[in-house]
Amino acid sequence: MGYPHKPHPKETPVLSQYFGDPEARTYAGWVKRGGYEALKKALGMTPAQVVDVVKESGLRGRGGAGFPTGMKWSFMPKEKTKPHYLCCNADESEPGTFKDREIMRWTPHAVLEGCAIAMHAIQAEVGYIYIRGEFTEPLRVMQAALDEAYQEGMLGPNACGTGRRLDMHLHRGAGAYICGEETALMNSIEGKRGNPRIRPPFPAQVGVFGKPTTVNNVETIVAAVQVLNRGAAWYKGLSLGNPKSTGTKLFSVCGHVARPGNYEVTMGFPLKDVIYDMAGLRPGRTLKAVQPGGSSVPIINREEAEAALLDYEGCVAQNTMLGSGGLIVYDDTADMVYQIMRLARFYAHESCAQCTQCREGTGWTVRILERILAGKGEMKDLDLLLDLSEQMTGKTICVLSDSCAAPVVSGIKRFRNEFEAYITGARQPAPTLA
Amino acid sequence: MKATGTYQPVFTGARRQRLDETVARYPTRTAALLPALWLVQEANGWISDQAMTEVAEVLGLTPAYVKGVVTFYTMYHQHPVGRHFVQVCTTTPCNLCGAEGVVEAFLKHTGCGELGATSADGRFTVIEVECLGACGFATPVLIDEDFIEGVTADKVRDILAGYP
Repeated sequence: MGYPHKPHPKETPVLSQYFGDPEARTYAGWVKRGGYEALKKALGMTPAQVVDVVKESGLRGRGGAGFPTGMKWSFMPKEKTKPHYLCCNADESEPGTFKDREIMRWTPHAVLEGCAIAMHAIQAEVGYIYIRGEFTEPLRVMQAALDEAYQEGMLGPNACGTGRRLDMHLHRGAGAYICGEETALMNSIEGKRGNPRIRPPFPAQVGVFGKPTTVNNVETIVAAVQVLNRGAAWYKGLSLGNPKSTGTKLFSVCGHVARPGNYEVTMGFPLKDVIYDMAGLRPGRTLKAVQPGGSSVPIINREEAEAALLDYEGCVAQNTMLGSGGLIVYDDTADMVYQIMRLARFYAHESCAQCTQCREGTGWTVRILERILAGKGEMKDLDLLLDLSEQMTGKTICVLSDSCAAPVVSGIKRFRNEFEAYITGARQPAPTLA
Repeated sequence: MKATGTYQPVFTGARRQRLDETVARYPTRTAALLPALWLVQEANGWISDQAMTEVAEVLGLTPAYVKGVVTFYTMYHQHPVGRHFVQVCTTTPCNLCGAEGVVEAFLKHTGCGELGATSADGRFTVIEVECLGACGFATPVLIDEDFIEGVTADKVRDILAGYP
């Protein structure tokens, strides 16, 4: 299967193999496809053994940071003196990224199974799945799956008949990108404003409700199911030459492409093949720029994109980051200045306003860009943008501010001529801002 | 915040029971705040100052605290909106695919005229939103609780017909 397209022959569908298959959404359908076997296997192991398998697999967090999952789990206290919690981060809001939405709407039981495995590994009895408020369909699908999993005894006070308590709840967000940041997410679950917290203390020591907590992305969680099912060696083997990046990853391809959608490939796969062969450019168009990891990562040009390999290190080698795997594709028709302004508007809208550099800097960035687009900019505005961006990088509690600066700085560096064209009047002001 | 007019409490009967079930999922009552606010919005269509006071009372919080949370989250309406609330994504990936034209079509065919305004017949309010998380299905539009994928300007009139 595949959704909305059949899988491309070069794809390696592991997490996405049941996308578009409505039967896989049900408990019976999931069990028929080998579902909940990984959980039963995990429950027959000690938490430390589960952590070791995931460590050995090389699985790294798929939410954006790429932190080794097994190691994250191992940071939780071994001697349990108070409740431990799992938070599954389903607040997918990074522009360009729409993989977790598909995972939840097609394989909700994989999410529940993965959460249960993670909860066993970190010795948690309660887990919260934080789903963004706009995801109305995934919320319905996940709730139906959760009800079924309880009815079938996979979850609850005696999960899978092992005597182990595994309780899980859905927590609906209410419109705040920042709640995808793990400490803001925990505050939001606690019924607070979604402001990120200063670290340390880290969530494994002081997390949600002040208790040791692990926060994992949806894609990480479902990958853990496959690791348990098929073994660490198999997962580790899914790598195209770089042992630091293993397994498969879903890439959400969007923007100027003919067949947008999620494409699952082995880590280290060439970026150009995803764009040219799988998603495809629109007829007669050429590639101008790409953001391979969602809107927060540096914009790269065609040459860099054609050389990039899709794993954590491969993207860094081409001056950008793998991030969440949201590939935003810009073809030769894209107005980079306008689109970078739209990105800045996004961050200005989503800033939680805690830190001055972010609260003021994101808004100021938008105003400068709007001025340039209106034909009222000056050459010194470009230096001002670069200076401002520098002041917004590495100086705040979370990285929202840095995320606004990254596309601005990388965009000016690569497409300075487009900014200058608005300033000199070589290009007419943007109609909506003139 | 003194209740004025005929404010009907939200947390009675079945809805009170749903709140109590929700509270039981968390180790603190405060944690039930976001779900409680969703229940209010489901019942009333928006969250008034009186409703915030009611939520504060049932959860043991102050009205000011509740207001602080309501104002943080963009999906909670702090004033009445049209019978159908239309949210159109215009962030970069959708923008590249023509989302601003979709917004224009919604403003035109709903009669709202401008973003955030409610149409004269009270039927619609249209807003632009930042990233709905469905960039591969540009342009996604959320109407009430219906998430509609792949909306183009020419489909808007037909879509609206489904929301009397």
